[in-house]
Amino acid sequence: MKNVFKRAALGGAVPHRKHTAKMETVKMPAPAKVALPMIQHIGAPAVPVVKKGDHVYVGTLVGEAAGFVSASVHSSVSGEVTEIADVMLPSGVLAPCVVVASDGLQERDPAIQPPTVTDHESFVAAVRKSGLVGLGGAGFPTAVKLSPKNLDAMDTLIINGAECEPYITADDREFLEHPEDVLAGIAAVKKYLGIKKVIIAIERNKPEAIDLMFSLTKGESGITVKPLISKYPQGAEKILIESCTGREVPQGGLPADVGVLVMNVASVSFVSKYLKTGMPLVTKRLTVDGDLVKEPKNVEVCIGTSYREVFDFCGGLTEEPAKIIMGGPMMGTAVMDMDFPVLKQNNALLAFGPKAAHLPEPGPCIRCARCIVSCPMGLSPVEIAGAFTKGDVDGLGKLKTDLCIECGTCTYVCPAKRPVTQTMRLAKQMQKQGGKK
Amino acid sequence: MANNLIVTSSPHIQDSATTRKLMGHVIIALLPTVAASAIIFGWEALLLTGVTVAACVGFEALYCLLMKKKNPVGDLSAVVTGILLAFNMPVTMVHELYIPIIGAFIAVVLVKQLFGGLGMNFANPAIVARIVLAISFTDSMTRWVFPQNGVDVLASATPLAANPPADGQTLMTLLMGNYGGVIGETCAITLLLGGVYLIATKTINAVLPIAYLGTVAVFSILAGQNALVQLLSGGLLLGAFFMATDYVTSPFTFTGKLAFGIGLGLLTCLIRFYANMPEGVSYSILIMNLLVPYLNVLTRQKPLGARKEKKHKENTGEGGAKA
Repeated sequence: MKNVFKRAALGGAVPHRKHTAKMETVKMPAPAKVALPMIQHIGAPAVPVVKKGDHVYVGTLVGEAAGFVSASVHSSVSGEVTEIADVMLPSGVLAPCVVVASDGLQERDPAIQPPTVTDHESFVAAVRKSGLVGLGGAGFPTAVKLSPKNLDAMDTLIINGAECEPYITADDREFLEHPEDVLAGIAAVKKYLGIKKVIIAIERNKPEAIDLMFSLTKGESGITVKPLISKYPQGAEKILIESCTGREVPQGGLPADVGVLVMNVASVSFVSKYLKTGMPLVTKRLTVDGDLVKEPKNVEVCIGTSYREVFDFCGGLTEEPAKIIMGGPMMGTAVMDMDFPVLKQNNALLAFGPKAAHLPEPGPCIRCARCIVSCPMGLSPVEIAGAFTKGDVDGLGKLKTDLCIECGTCTYVCPAKRPVTQTMRLAKQMQKQGGKK
Repeated sequence: MANNLIVTSSPHIQDSATTRKLMGHVIIALLPTVAASAIIFGWEALLLTGVTVAACVGFEALYCLLMKKKNPVGDLSAVVTGILLAFNMPVTMVHELYIPIIGAFIAVVLVKQLFGGLGMNFANPAIVARIVLAISFTDSMTRWVFPQNGVDVLASATPLAANPPADGQTLMTLLMGNYGGVIGETCAITLLLGGVYLIATKTINAVLPIAYLGTVAVFSILAGQNALVQLLSGGLLLGAFFMATDYVTSPFTFTGKLAFGIGLGLLTCLIRFYANMPEGVSYSILIMNLLVPYLNVLTRQKPLGARKEKKHKENTGEGGAKA
C-alpha cells in the first residue's frame, strides 16, 4: 500500500480554483439552433440518419453508431434539420455535422420509452442506444467499456469523482444534486456486470460530496467511499486505479486488465436516468468559468449549443476573449472558434483574457528535474525530450514514452517554461511510428 | 468575422516558478555570506565579488553577442557563478584582478557557453574555474589571510591545514568564520542559513546536502577525526549547499541525489584524510559531476505499470491509452 501514497503525493501543485462548487446547476433554455457533430467520442464517426428538412424531436436519433467503438448522436431540440455539413472540430478532425433549427417546443420524441433490461447483454445494448460516452472528458463509448473481454475477472468498479482539473465542479454538482441517480447507476452496473466491489473516489476538496456519499452508502455492503488527496492528476484513470486499489495498469493495457472498471460519476448517473426514462444523452452539465466570465456557474445545456450562447447565458464576457478552453486548463483543448457546439464529453467552458492566454517564452532546460519528480506516471520527461530531439526511437522505448498520459504536469512545473507536454506528445508519436514518417 | 482566439497545446496554465526566480533564490541565499565576507575580510571582499560577477555577466553577454545568440544574462545564472567564483578566492585577489577575470572566462565561456550555455555544461563552471586557478596560480589562490587582524600579507593556515584541537573555541571560530581563508567559505552560520533558505523555498532538494554532509560526518568519526570540525571547515558547506546542488550537474531523482551525495562525501574524506591535499570538496564535485549521466541512467524511476525490459527484442508498445 505504500505505493498508493507515493503516487498520490506526486504531481505539481496545480491550483483548484473551484469557484463554482457551491453553485447549483442552472438549466439553460434550448437555443434556436444546435449543431450536432457526428464525432463526440473516441472511435468511428456516427453516420447521419436524417436528411435536410426532416422533423426531429428531443431524443430522436440523428446519427447512428458506425461499428463497435462508436456512439450514436441524438437531437437535443425539436425542430427541423436544416443542414448536414462537414465542420472542423477543435481536435482538427473534419466530421459531418447535423444542424437542427429548434421549433421552440422541445417536444419529446413520442417513441421514447424506458428500455427493458434483463441481463448484461440487454444492459449494454441499452447503454449503446443511449449514446453515452465517458463524460469525464475522454468521450470513450461507455457501451464498449461495459463489455470487456474478461467480464468474469472484473471485480472492482471505481466511480471517478476525483475531478482534479482546476475550475471544474460539474461532477461535484452531480453528487450533490443527483445522489440517488449515482447510486442507482452504480447498482445497475454492479448487477448486470456482476461486480462485487465499488469504490466511490472523491478528492478531499469536495467534503460535502464525500459526506453525502458516506451517509447514503452507510450499511451498504460492497460500496466504499474513498476520499483522495486533492492533487492533480488524481482523476487520471491509471493514477486513480493505483490510488484506490494499488494495482498498476500494465503498459499498453487497459484498466480491465487489472479487473477494474472506471466510470465517471456523471456517466454512471446518466445510466440510471436512461434506464428510468429512455431519454438519450441530449444535455450536459458544464462549468462555465475563467477570468472573463461575468457570472461563472454550472449550466445544463442542450448538446450542440454554441459556446457563444452559453457564455451569453452566463452574463457574457467582460472583454474579448484571447483563449477559450473546452475542458479544464490542464488537459482541455483551446478552441479556435466561439461558435463551436458543446459536445457530450465537455464538462467545462473557460474563457481567458490575453494575460492568461499568452504563455511565457521558453528558455533553455536547466535540468532541475521538476518534471521528473512531479510526473505522476514516473516518467523522465527531460530524458524523453532529449531522445526525441536526437530521433532516438529505441531510447524512447526504453524510457516508456508511451505511458505518458499527457496530463500536463511537466509543462506546468517547468521553470524554464518549456512546452514539455507538447514534446511528450510528439515523442509518443515518434515512438509509435518507429521513426518512420 | 475577426477571430483572435489563441490556440495552444495543453496545459494552459503554468506555475509561477521561473529560471530567473530560482537563480534569484540562490542569490538571496548567498547574500548573508556576501555580507559576512565583507565583515570578516573587509570591503575588498565586496569588490572582489563585484568584479567576478561583472566579469561573468560580461563574458556571457559578449560571447552571446559574438555568436549571435539570444542574450541570456536575464536568467541570472552568470551572477550565481560570479558570486560562487569569488567565494572560492582569498581577499588578496583584489590586488591581482586579472586572475578572477581569467576565472570568469574559464567558468562562463570555456565550461558553460562552449558546451551550449545554461543546462548543457558537464561540470559546475565555478568549480572548474576554481580548480584551474588553484593549479595555475597556486600561490595567489592559497593566500589565506585575515586582514582585519592587520596582518595583510601574512598567510595563516586554514583550520583544515592546521588541524587544531576541537574545543569550543575552535568550533565557535568555525561557525562565525573569523579566521583566514577564502572569502565565502569561512562563515558556517551564514552558509547554513542560506542552505536552509534554499531547502525551505524548495529551490534545492534536501537529500543531496544531507547525504553529503552525513557521509562526511560518519566517515570522519570512523577515521577518528572530529566530525564537527570536518563539517564546518573548508569548502564543505559552500560545496554541499551551493555547488553540488547545481541542477545541471547533479542527478535527477531522489535515489540519484542520494548516491551523488554519498559519493561526494566519500571522495571528500578520502582526499582530506589520505591524499596530499588539505581540501577535496571541489575535486569531489568535479569527479561526481562527470558521473552524473551514469547515475541518471542507473537511478531512473520506474514508471507506473512499466513493462519489464526483456532480453529479446520487443515491440515498443502500441501507444498510450488515454486516461
